Amino acid sequence: MTVSTTQRPGPDVDPGAYRDQLWAALRQGDEYAAAAAVFEGLEDGLGAEQVLLEVIAPAQGRVGEEWAANRMTVADEHVATAINERVIAALAHHPAGRVRPFRGRITVACVEGEWHSLPARLLSEVLRLRGWRVDFLGAHVPTPHLIAHLHRTGPEAVLLSASIPTHLPTAHAAITAALAAGVPVLAGGAAFGPDGRYARSLGATEWAGDARAVARLLLDGLPRPDPTAMHLPIEDLPHLADQEYTMIARTRAELVRATLTGLEERFPPMREYTVRQRRHTAEDIAHIVDYLGTALYVDDVELFTTFISWTGEILTAREVPAHTLGLTFDVLGEELKDFPRARALLDQGRAAVTASPHTPIPGNGKPA
Amino acid sequence: MDTTTTSSAGSLELRTSWASAPYPVVLADRSGTVVELNTAASAVFSALSPGDRLRDGAPDWLADAHLRLSAEPTEQQSEQRPESGDGPHGGQVGDRSYEAHATRGSDGDVVWWLVDDTDRRLAEEALHGERQRTSFLAEASNALLSSLNVNRCMEVTAQLAATHLADAAVIIAPGKGRRHPMTSCVGSGEVVRSIVDIDTTSMPGLAEALQGFPPVPSRWIDPASAPEWVVPEEMEGSVGSVVITPLPGHGTPGGALVLLRTSGGTAFSEDAEVFARLFAARAGAALAAARMYAEQSSITTTLMRELLPPTLHQVNGVEFAGGYRASGHSDRVGGDFYDVHPGAGEDQESLAVLGDVCGKGLEAAVLTGKIRNTLHALLPLADDHARMLRLLNTALLNSHHTRFATLVLASAARHEDRTRLRVTSAGHPAPLIVRRDGTVEEADTSGSLVGVLRSIKSTTTSIDLAVGESCLLFTDGITEARGGPLGDEMFGESRLREALGECAGMPAEAVVERIQMLAAEWVGRGRHDDMAVVAITTPRPDVFSALTRGAAGRRRA
Repeated sequence: MTVSTTQRPGPDVDPGAYRDQLWAALRQGDEYAAAAAVFEGLEDGLGAEQVLLEVIAPAQGRVGEEWAANRMTVADEHVATAINERVIAALAHHPAGRVRPFRGRITVACVEGEWHSLPARLLSEVLRLRGWRVDFLGAHVPTPHLIAHLHRTGPEAVLLSASIPTHLPTAHAAITAALAAGVPVLAGGAAFGPDGRYARSLGATEWAGDARAVARLLLDGLPRPDPTAMHLPIEDLPHLADQEYTMIARTRAELVRATLTGLEERFPPMREYTVRQRRHTAEDIAHIVDYLGTALYVDDVELFTTFISWTGEILTAREVPAHTLGLTFDVLGEELKDFPRARALLDQGRAAVTASPHTPIPGNGKPA
Repeated sequence: MDTTTTSSAGSLELRTSWASAPYPVVLADRSGTVVELNTAASAVFSALSPGDRLRDGAPDWLADAHLRLSAEPTEQQSEQRPESGDGPHGGQVGDRSYEAHATRGSDGDVVWWLVDDTDRRLAEEALHGERQRTSFLAEASNALLSSLNVNRCMEVTAQLAATHLADAAVIIAPGKGRRHPMTSCVGSGEVVRSIVDIDTTSMPGLAEALQGFPPVPSRWIDPASAPEWVVPEEMEGSVGSVVITPLPGHGTPGGALVLLRTSGGTAFSEDAEVFARLFAARAGAALAAARMYAEQSSITTTLMRELLPPTLHQVNGVEFAGGYRASGHSDRVGGDFYDVHPGAGEDQESLAVLGDVCGKGLEAAVLTGKIRNTLHALLPLADDHARMLRLLNTALLNSHHTRFATLVLASAARHEDRTRLRVTSAGHPAPLIVRRDGTVEEADTSGSLVGVLRSIKSTTTSIDLAVGESCLLFTDGITEARGGPLGDEMFGESRLREALGECAGMPAEAVVERIQMLAAEWVGRGRHDDMAVVAITTPRPDVFSALTRGAAGRRRA
């Protein structure tokens, strides 16, 4: 296998047909048909990278959409993802997918708590095809493991993936630690915002919106962090000095409990809730608190309001009156009366519920 | 006091007093002619006497200052404080340095008061130099401490040395035989890493510096005797001076730092060389730490390989998948373990084992290693789980470990469209089975834990898994995980059953990932015990492995 064949722009083959074929196979949970779609594409002249980015990636994206639209069950989604994983693995053994590394070493990892590893996996494969020596550490990588790996291997860059915004504080810790270890950080994934704005505010060296952009940035070379600069993480986010995030993150459980009690007092039907309903409500409140905390962390209203509009729709779908969301904000607001930034966010959130626009889900945005 | 007779330079009395002042004082008129000078001034400006032009006997800086000052209009000047001119004047007189303060009279005469500031200036210069070095060394320490990677550390060393100490810096690391890793950097350019095949005696001082012990001082080298390979290609112009400094490596050879300057620039001073040595001490220490870390981490990796949970895959038509999360945030291993021992042939049973040793961390992990090895040795007896457990129990009782363990054995073989399982629990939570329709059952097996009692009992149960059905082995780290929205609830078996119910029809690795994810999210950022899960699944009549084999076949063709 030579490099030239993988980098050669594929002949004029439309990946659309194979994408539809793959999608149909994923919908059926038919692993064989899925693999057949991909390998036929390769044999008909699609490049391996094209297969990854123009056949598999969009099909996987659709899995997320269908799941969010409730047209796919959790099991369907997992089956489809597992099939895609296997197809990618098989692709690496296909003659068109085998490349001897001739570029530097790169680490790819999902931040701790992030279980959606397929985008990072696809990216790893694309970079491998382009000659990089890639260490893919997988989903949910604890920061100490990541840093130990960086010290051991001394890569040219680390690519950090996160899809759910509530992982941003953890991502910040990982970014800071990697930079301190002298490794530039390229952040990617829906969590960092559509334009990568949070990647910048969290101090990442660069942000990229897709695999090809990552490849371009790597080829240009990412600047090493200045090892002599004494950088303190708080300098990225001076607003954290008010400790609102810290307090809310620390008292999350108490806050959820108090809100649950407060809601019961104001919303009598809740007293009749089944155990299961109560649990769902507690989980919803916990999500709101998590997003509130994250919005405080990055100091961005939009992060909170986007999530709230989406939650409003989900609640409506679940036939929970959306005004309970407003009540939730009232109770939370009383609990957080000494937190001006948090209260301002809650006010904005309330406005977002009343406006209730059809906002798309943040990222592929599964609030887990 | 009669002040009416005062001239511009003050009263007669004052004149006499400054005549004997310990500081040089010179009075000159508007045209630059010296009117008077005191004894101290005569001693400094030996060629100057009243009536001379200032420029003839005094240094130019003073004559220039005088010219500038006396050219200024007086009325402006009179509003200001008498001694203020256009800033403080000063300069060298011979090998001393003076500050000159002017007092201006209304007639344009100027009295120059000179203060010897040689010592202060020297002290200031020394202080400035020292501050710069201290800040550089602090900066260097920060930079060097940031990475524990040897290559990165050498890069940083080369970069710092090339920007602060010399025009170019080359680091030669201790190598194997004649091959030495070399890192070089020119100015603020890119760092270049290479492996050079060299005779270390070809460069004076190099062999000694690389040896590390006995300690050798850094030394100047005749640029002509520096071999070609040590001069970076990017360096412009010929080499003017070369210093080689050993990088002290805390008992082990740390390498050698070679500093080069071009012939056009300044050569190394004694001072610069001492400073280079201070830097080398820090760089050497950082490199030694990085080398030690690399060694330790390679030892750990090797030893850990045996303890890490294995990657599972499909064996003889049965899917296996496993997931593991150690309790400690930075731990990789702990007291939970799992293994799958593939059956020899297509219709032979594979044995899956999942267990939990009392305790956490590395110590517990070492015991899991022993149990895993013992079970491996007992594999030929796997057709009788109870007997296998009895033998394991005896082995554990006879070892010096005081810990005990609970475990589950599951033998699995594919029979046409189903997987036949024999499952035995030894004091362990019974495995759960998810049926195609989402029903969750508990395997009917129980038994004593191992490593405590002389005699143990266990019951084995048989289970058939149809296509898309899974059997989940798990440790109590999952069910006892505390967290959730209210912070202190247990994940619990009912939540686990509910989660597993959604896993009907999923491939084994998806089942494992889903359960792991839910448990991890339940725990959030809280503390948790070791968590291990293994899923055994009957895959769909699937041709995938055949297909990958097919691809391999095409490749060979």
